[in-house]
Parts: sequence; C-alpha cells; structure tokens
Amino acid sequence: MSDDKFDVIVVGGGIAGTVASYLLAKEGLSVVLVERGNFCGSKNMTGGRLYAYSLEEVMPGFANEAPVERKVFKERISLLTMDQSVTLDVRSPKFAESGNDSYVVLRSSFDRWLGEKAESEGAMIVAGYRVDDLIVRDDKVCGIISNGEEMDADVVVLADGVNSLLAEKLGMKKPLRPEHVAVGVKEVIQLTRGEIDERFGLSGDEGCAWSFFGANTDGIQGGGFLYTNKDSISIGLTCNLQKLSEGSKPLMQLMNDFQSHPVVAPLVKGGNLIEYSAHLEPEAGAKMIPQLYGNGVLVIGDAAGLTLNLGHKVRGMDLAVISAQCAAQAILEAKSREDFTASSLRKYKDLLDVSSAIQNIEARDKYLEFMENPLLYNAYPLMIVDMLARLFVVKGGRAQTIFDDILKNIEALGKNQIENDFKAVKKL
Amino acid sequence: MNMKIMVCVKQVPDTEMIKVDPVTGSLIREGVPSIINPFDLNALEAALQLRGEYGGNVAAVCMGPPQAEEALRDCLAMGADSAVLISDRVFKDSDTLATSYVLSLAARQFGPFDLILCGKHSLDGETGQVGPQIAEFLGWNQVTYVSKMTRTEEGFVIDREMEGGIEKVMTRTPIVCTVTKTHYEPRKATMKGKLMAKKAHVETVDSKTLNGLDTGRIGLVGSPTSVAKSFVPPDGEPGTVIEEPTAVESAAKLIKLLTKAEAI
Repeated sequence: MSDDKFDVIVVGGGIAGTVASYLLAKEGLSVVLVERGNFCGSKNMTGGRLYAYSLEEVMPGFANEAPVERKVFKERISLLTMDQSVTLDVRSPKFAESGNDSYVVLRSSFDRWLGEKAESEGAMIVAGYRVDDLIVRDDKVCGIISNGEEMDADVVVLADGVNSLLAEKLGMKKPLRPEHVAVGVKEVIQLTRGEIDERFGLSGDEGCAWSFFGANTDGIQGGGFLYTNKDSISIGLTCNLQKLSEGSKPLMQLMNDFQSHPVVAPLVKGGNLIEYSAHLEPEAGAKMIPQLYGNGVLVIGDAAGLTLNLGHKVRGMDLAVISAQCAAQAILEAKSREDFTASSLRKYKDLLDVSSAIQNIEARDKYLEFMENPLLYNAYPLMIVDMLARLFVVKGGRAQTIFDDILKNIEALGKNQIENDFKAVKKL
Repeated sequence: MNMKIMVCVKQVPDTEMIKVDPVTGSLIREGVPSIINPFDLNALEAALQLRGEYGGNVAAVCMGPPQAEEALRDCLAMGADSAVLISDRVFKDSDTLATSYVLSLAARQFGPFDLILCGKHSLDGETGQVGPQIAEFLGWNQVTYVSKMTRTEEGFVIDREMEGGIEKVMTRTPIVCTVTKTHYEPRKATMKGKLMAKKAHVETVDSKTLNGLDTGRIGLVGSPTSVAKSFVPPDGEPGTVIEEPTAVESAAKLIKLLTKAEAI
C-alpha cells in the first residue's frame, strides 16, 4: 500500500494523456501523469498533421504559443505508377480559417509543450517510468505499479497508445491483430527553410500536406504521406500489417522505392535523414474500440482505437483530444459524487458516443470493406494515370477519343469487376 | 553513529549528444541537454548507501547556473535530504581552484560534515582536481579513486582503485573522497521520490549570502588556469583487415605486411 493517493493517474504522455491531465488539473484535481519516455512526446509519433478544431476548444489560440511546425495552406494528392504520376494541388484560404485550420507538428516538441501546459495547471509529470501493471482490488482499478512501486488513485486513465497492454491485461481490449492495424514508417529529412519553400511553393509559415497512392505501396492497402515542417519534411508510408507480411517487399524497400520515385526524389534530394520512426495505427474502425470504462479506469486516445484514416485525411490526434475532454468531464462528475465505479464512469462512453469522434468512426466503417479492395492500390491508379498520360500524347495517326480509351481499359480489367466496384462506390 | 555527508554535483553536457565544431575545435553546447556528471551520481549513491547503513543525512551541493536546480532536484528524488545551489553570475568562468574554494566555503557554512564525496572527475573537464582541492582548502584528509567505503570506529577503510590493484586505506574523518563507478551504481529514483522532489526546497546562496567569500578568488579573476588552445584530435589511419580464404593464407599475408613495415 502506498501512503498517498491521488485523484487521477494518467498513464502515457501523448496528446490524450497530456490534455486529460491539463483539464483535470485545471479543475483542481490531483493528477499524476506517468510517461515511460524521458519526457512527454519523446516516444510519440505522428505522420504529421493535427486538425486544430478540438484542441482549439480546450486551449483557445494554442497555435500561437505551441511549437507547431507549419500551418497547412496547400493540400496535394498524387496517384503514382512506377514512373508516372497525376497530382491534384489544392490551395485555398479556407484551409487557414479558424476552425478549419490544421498544423504540421513534430510530437517530441509538441507533446512536451502540452505536458508543460498540464504542469502549469498543477499536474505532476513523472517521466522515465513504465507502468508495468495496475493495482486491482475487489474488481476495481486502484492504482498503478511501476518497477515494483505502487501508487494509488481513484481513477486510472489509460492513454498508453495503440498497443495498450494495460487495457489488454484488464481484459478490456483484445490483442491487436495484424489485419486490424497499419504500420507506419516515417523519416524526418532535414532541408533548409528556403529549399522547402522553393520545392513546395510555400512562404512564411505555410505548410503542405501531401498524400500518395498507388505504386508506392506495391499494391498493398495503404498510402504515402509527406508533410512540411519548418526546416525538415516528414515523409513516410502506412501499410496494412497483414497485407504487408503477405507482400513481396519489406517496408524499408517500399520506403526506398517511394523516395526514389521521380515525383518524390527531387523533394528529398540532398536532405539529411535526422530521425526514423515506426508506429502502429488501428485501422479497423469501430470494432477496434475496446471497452472504454470500468471500475476506476478509463481508456482514451489511440489506446481506445480512436483513429480515422481516410487516405487523404488521417486523423487521430484530434480524436485523442475529444476523448480526453469526454474522459475529463466524466471524471469530474464522478469526483463530485465520489463514485468511481463503472456505472459512474460510464458517462465517458455516453459523451464519446455523441461526439464527432465516434460518429465519424462509425460513418467510416462502411468504407472499410471497400477500402480493402486491392484494385484501389494498383489497377485503378494505374488505369487513371495511364489514361491521363495518354491524353497529352500526340504521336501522329488517328487520335483515339478518351471514351474509346476508357472502354478499352474497362475491358482490360474486366467489366464485371468494375461494375461491382462502381456499385460499391454508389452504396457509399 | 550519524554522519553528515556532503555530495558535490555538477551538470555536464550529455556527451552522447555533443558535437565538436570542426572549424573552431570548440564544443557546441547549444541545444545539448545537461545531465548530472555520472561519477557524481556514484558519489551520491555511495552517500545514500552509507546513510542507509550507518544513519545520518546527505546534502547535495552544486555550484552552477540557475538551471542546475534541476540536477539538485534529481538528487533529492534519489534520496538526498537537502540541496544547496550556489549560483551567481560572478562565479562564471571559475576554474577548478575557484570552484573548490567556493565549495569549501559551502562545506563550512552548511556543515559541519564528516564526509564530502565527489565524483572521481567530471566528464567535461576531466581534471579530477576539485575534490582534492576542497580537501586542501579545508585541511582534511583526502582519498581519490574510491571504489568502496566501510565504516570503522574512528573513520573508514577505503578501497582505492589503482592500476592493477586495490589499495586499502584507513583514515579518520573528516575526509574528502572522490568516487569511481565500480561499486556504487546509482539507484533509480522512485516515482514518489520524483514527486516529492518537485515540491522540495532547494536552498540557494549567491555571492552575498555565501559566508566569508573573497570575490577576488572567484570567476575569471580568481582562476589562474585558462584554456590556451583546444583542438580535435585527427582521425587515426584506418586499420588493415586481413581476411584471406584460409587461416594459413591470412597468416602468410600478415607476416608479409609486418615484414614490409619492418615490424619484424
């Protein structure tokens, strides 16, 4: 038994954990955040972009103070074949409007800042300690155990990331399955500010977010991403783990090929690799969401399976903020009743269920099967890029109409297949 | 028998992160995080073990910039009973003589101590002079390169780590010891220790509140040593790898190369 007891112990210093700690400490609760890295953010990873709307609600104007890299002004999507590409480039002042804005971030500095915000509200951060287990007495979570040392709390908030072994130990979460997660790899490549501005057509603090589909994942469900930081770029790939293991190329090979692609190579040229990281992300939608609450315990953020990858929009950090908000509110209410049982903490799930986080995840579920269609990752990008490429070729002889070209491609792929896929799209 | 122990600590740049400017030859300290000099942690561990065995209390003392308070909080988290930060702009550029002068004044002010423990040397300066100089200023016995300490009636039996052997020394207190890493692997602070240290009081003294300070003996003025030149040692020639298909052939090649180099 330990001598002191805290109101809340939060396990994990990511977005969800730091924001929950911030909100709870702000309301006067005694909060300890335990982080296994040397500081909040030291072991955390994102592809790159935070949609601001939810954090804006928690900390209005945060982007003026927080160490964000660049504000996204430009969105690009590319379809790639081995040697061809089609790129859509969208630039709009809408992206910068308050409420629509999004920022490229690097987690080691961003989460650290969030941790400092939580500390400034009175939360106590203990970094460098891995929580090995939870104290469970009479079917209630009563605290944490790290390196044999116990620490008690009324509520333990599990914000320990995608592979939450603690939630698994409690039986709240099933072990991850390779088909339900994507593995993401990312390199941070250092370039000068000037080089980035020039290569991406940016100025000042403007940033670019860029998704890539097609040959870069070798037909595997997934995609590539590139985000511009202040003086580096974050570039990487995500691939379904199961499909990757069935594929013929290891991820590093795909990453090398991706960076050698004629579209990508000039963007990274001459850059200095300063960081390499890899991470799992849940991608099986609502069925990944574990039991979210129990006696004396809540699960938030990635640990709660709250991510949403639509290819061109990859979300997780904004949903982590929402879950932290819901959890904080539920805990505050539970505290006012001094009742930390599951039935009292159920409020968290109720709040989350009506939040945009869960609603968007559930809405996305019907896309899941569609997105598993392998044609989306090889044949279709190839067909589209090929057709558009031919549109610009003049070589004498009688020109073919686009219509003829489309028909020919459809025949090549098999009419039935395309009809079925088209129906699937219409159903969405 | 309770002992009062003072442990001297300093912050050094994290050597794993440090780079040398290839042009000027000086250390690039900007953006390099500070850590507690690792040997100082061995000294603190020795102090905590002695306190555990014989009772007493441990004071961690640091002369450094205001941010060195963080290092002292780490000492408190590990179990030090109190912490003193000696911090003032006028101490800037102090060499080992000036530094040990200041630390010896602190030992008088916050003592009396039975024992002062230092790391065997710092990772940045590597002089190993501060400990012995504190002993000289105080007129105490000193033992350097201490790997193990055992209490006796009148003092200590101390293992001194020498090249090729251990020297056993018996001495009376008060003593200054500089500690090696052999036996005193620093403990990891507990979570509760960390939490307690966040709130703990760190006593701070400056040039005005440090008793008996002669300002002519500190800072650049009070430092007779100065760095004449620093340089990066040139990279050595790469070695030759002999990897012939068979051991006999490899041996033959080795002999040939040695003969050519007139080494045999």
